[in-house]
Amino acid sequence: MADLETFRSETRAWLEANCPAEMREPVRDEDDIYWGGRRATFKNDAQKAWFEACLAKGYTVPAWPKEYGGAGLSPEQAKVLREEMGRISARPPLSSFGIWMLGPALLHFGTEGQKQRFLNEIARGEIRWCQGYSEPGSGSDLVSLQTYGDDQGDHWIVNGQKVWTSYADQADWIFCLVRTDKTDKYKGITFMLYDMASEGVSTKPILLISGNSPFCETFFDNVKVPKSYGDDCPAYVGQVNRGWDVAKYLLGHEREMISGAGGGDRTAAIGAAMKRASARTGDDVDPVLRAELAMFDVDALAYTAMGEKFLDEIKVGKAHPAQPNMMKYVGTELNKRRHELMMAVGGSRSLEWDSEDTGGGKPARGWLRTKANSIEGGTSEVMLNVIAKRILDLPGA
Amino acid sequence: MPLYHNDDQAMLADTARGFIAEEGNIAKQLRHWRDRDCKDGFGHGLWKQMAEMGFTGMLVSEADGGLGMGHVEAGIVLEEIGRNLTPSPFLTSSVLAATALNHGSDDIKGRYLPGLIAGDHVFAVAIDETAKHRPSRIATRAEKSGNGFRLTGSKSFVIQGSSADMIVVAARTSGADDDADGITLFAVPKDASGMSHDAVRLVDTSMATHTKFDGVELDGDAVIGEIDGGRAVLDAMLLAGRVGAAAEGVGVASGAMDMTVDYLKQRKQFGKLIGEFQALQHRASHLYSEVEIARAVTIKAQQLLDAGSQQADLMASVAKAKVAKTARLAVQEGVQMHGGIGMTDEYDIGLYMKRDRALAEFLGDAYFHANRVAELSGY
Repeated sequence: MADLETFRSETRAWLEANCPAEMREPVRDEDDIYWGGRRATFKNDAQKAWFEACLAKGYTVPAWPKEYGGAGLSPEQAKVLREEMGRISARPPLSSFGIWMLGPALLHFGTEGQKQRFLNEIARGEIRWCQGYSEPGSGSDLVSLQTYGDDQGDHWIVNGQKVWTSYADQADWIFCLVRTDKTDKYKGITFMLYDMASEGVSTKPILLISGNSPFCETFFDNVKVPKSYGDDCPAYVGQVNRGWDVAKYLLGHEREMISGAGGGDRTAAIGAAMKRASARTGDDVDPVLRAELAMFDVDALAYTAMGEKFLDEIKVGKAHPAQPNMMKYVGTELNKRRHELMMAVGGSRSLEWDSEDTGGGKPARGWLRTKANSIEGGTSEVMLNVIAKRILDLPGA
Repeated sequence: MPLYHNDDQAMLADTARGFIAEEGNIAKQLRHWRDRDCKDGFGHGLWKQMAEMGFTGMLVSEADGGLGMGHVEAGIVLEEIGRNLTPSPFLTSSVLAATALNHGSDDIKGRYLPGLIAGDHVFAVAIDETAKHRPSRIATRAEKSGNGFRLTGSKSFVIQGSSADMIVVAARTSGADDDADGITLFAVPKDASGMSHDAVRLVDTSMATHTKFDGVELDGDAVIGEIDGGRAVLDAMLLAGRVGAAAEGVGVASGAMDMTVDYLKQRKQFGKLIGEFQALQHRASHLYSEVEIARAVTIKAQQLLDAGSQQADLMASVAKAKVAKTARLAVQEGVQMHGGIGMTDEYDIGLYMKRDRALAEFLGDAYFHANRVAELSGY
């Protein structure tokens, strides 16, 4: 405990010295987030300085081992760092699907060669990854996916289509579920890694109800994927035909991430901020709306405690393995409710679609974006199915 | 501090779970005393056994003869009490009254703590004066009279008021009814002349009183804490009681949920176990999620309270409100999913519904506490 308190005070001092003031303000625009990758540019000097300071310290991926670009922090230290960053509202220095998803999969299933190469690339923000899971005919029933890799000895020829590929048009590489055995539904999928610059890969952004296009359709037309990228560095994670094990493991991480269990905006109470916002525009909050805000805050603050408990229990293996499904379900439903209430408090101003006053329709676009929360990464209904089956052990679930 | 039980607490939870399931179960306690129309609404034998287990004095310091434990530990016992619907004076005596007595003089402690710790005496608290919990308004008056005070007014929802050996009474010694200051707490012995009880049985079979104070003469040494400065003690007592009631509510919710999920795995209709129907599976999964969250925020509140954190007050209200909403959902889904037999007295699920109703009302319901969360948050 004493060591942890020392670590806390050191961390606090380090953040004070290294986190620029601009990096302590809420993320307002997409380009406030630094995603890294071959084509990445920094929005400003502060973003660059903050990224570089964290990179030198291993804080782009603080809990990863040092040899893979992390800082090798213990779970307790990582929690302290998270708390201290939260205390000053420090932005993440680097965001990526590599950090959140591929990284954890490689740490669990990867070969030493894969870890050395890919984890270091992710930690340094050199390669931006995207995730190829859903297909037009395989949404909730993901395991029915059809994108096919034809075995040609030392490589596969991949054909098919993915959908809802987040930022595929800006990504450098993809981790992709590809069917390699048509005779076995579950044991016929391989978790492949390949370059989006490969011949035959194309992407097309999808215009959403929010007016934004964070997702793409991704097409594979005779894409040649080598089976190996060198010594001890296969082009697939885990074993050939056993990619579903990796996918399931990763879905847990994805659900945890979407759930907002680590705290932040998705779990915070909003009533007081709504009252202030309303007062600034000379509006009142109706008593019935205030009551709904209060009930929301009760649920949000209780959920924050749940997130803390969940992360504490994961560290020591106490959490039920299916618990991320519960967190994802509740966290996303809560976030949708939050934005419904924010829209209600905002009144007619929150309807504005492209006014300067609303930063180009942020309230409305943000509200619409949240509707995907309970669909992406497994719908709420799928989450409830999983809880019924794996936690409550209900028959036929 | 991680939000789960440490090794000692996990051991206590095992012990408490086994003991209360064995000795405090519904057949042995709640139905037993109810069916005999017991005027106290609980069994003194079990109270004595709880003393032997060390539960009664959990929140009393070791120097004063207790175990010097915290609200996490008291919550462990309360969750099992909730799960088994065990009628007992634990919450009122060992949590609320004990918290008040811990603020008292050595004389007060010496007079009452040994009887509490031994399980020989039972204590009640008299706070509410109207049908809804509103501790900001205290109209019961205690006027200076000789060396002591003269108590006049009335209190409601005094749980175990007629069986208690002593009642902790919040009264006004100065100021107007709605003033924050001017409150004093008194230890009023059961045989005080001028005090009368109108005992009523509540929906969950517990016993409460409307208690009248018609010029009750009290010595100066009946004062707990400071004269006119009782609000601090009252607040501490309410805080402990609310966190405790939340823990008991988690037990009620999870007892009702477990019973219901078991039933979904036994009952057949249309040639299937009803738990195979997705319409019920999703509702059960939703309920599970809510119960997990209610338990998490309750542990959070307990830990903050034990750590003396400023945030404990807000989190206690969050917990009380969240638990009240969750337990309500659990008992409503419980009765509905049991179908017709859920309406019968023979099945226990209805008893959970009744207990939830009374427990949620005690020390402020979900509406009271959600409003309080808003006020404490500044809106």
